[in-house]
Amino acid sequence: MYQNGSTETTPFRVLVVDDDRILRKMHKMMLTRLGIEVEVAVNGKEAVDLHLAGASFHLVLMDLQMPVMDGSQATKELRGMGVTSPIVGVTAACAEKAAFLASGLTDCVSKPLTISKIANYLPAPSNHTNN
Amino acid sequence: MDRNQSHRQVATMKQSLFDQGYLDHEQFNQLEELQDDANPNFVEEVVTLYYRDSARLVHSIEQALEKSPIDFNKLDSYMHQFRGSSSSIGAKKVKAECSLFREYCRAGNGEGCMRTFQQVKKEYAALRKKLETFFQLARQAGPVDRARRPK
Repeated sequence: MYQNGSTETTPFRVLVVDDDRILRKMHKMMLTRLGIEVEVAVNGKEAVDLHLAGASFHLVLMDLQMPVMDGSQATKELRGMGVTSPIVGVTAACAEKAAFLASGLTDCVSKPLTISKIANYLPAPSNHTNN
Repeated sequence: MDRNQSHRQVATMKQSLFDQGYLDHEQFNQLEELQDDANPNFVEEVVTLYYRDSARLVHSIEQALEKSPIDFNKLDSYMHQFRGSSSSIGAKKVKAECSLFREYCRAGNGEGCMRTFQQVKKEYAALRKKLETFFQLARQAGPVDRARRPK
């Protein structure tokens, strides 16, 4: 059993929600190099729709400012649906961090995202054993 | 030119981009850390994507600046995106000009926005030229031999 609930038969899944194509590509690469399964959503609505369709994730990385539905609204909706996975806000907008956190985030980190900023929410490296 | 010399030339050029403030060394290094044998051109792919996507933003901002009255909220939103993308590839000078532009936006200063946008475009174009040269050099030098990569 890995930290944060995944098992050897259930890969650790992360949803990256960001309207910026470059950031989606970079964040996806950062995580897939660690053996993590990554899905992407281009805005908050897509993230909500994924969950409505039955998808679940061990971690959601949520940008704040996005068209169609922003990160705050998406987080409120996901919490309202009963999603209990950690949702970590990733934002450059420091002034709006408090309001973003209040929408139901587990945590909020500043851009640029690094693995060390979200290490607590990721599985331990596979060469460690956590029996 | 032998391989080692080529790699040294690439490293020197990269350092000069950091020293002259064009690139943020931490952010660009983070991008390079994502490049490996499975994705040997990752940095160039990301930078190419940046210039492709941001061209649309530049055009949108130009159009928005031509409108009267100026919609500063829309402009700020475009520039927020542009600043974010620029920051993600470590485009330091471009990011700084974007931040200045947003200050003029928030102040509702159209003249300031127009003036700063010229600077944004200037830095954006200058960086593009430098990165094109850098990637051309890097391609010619070939991948770094990981076994002998200097620490």
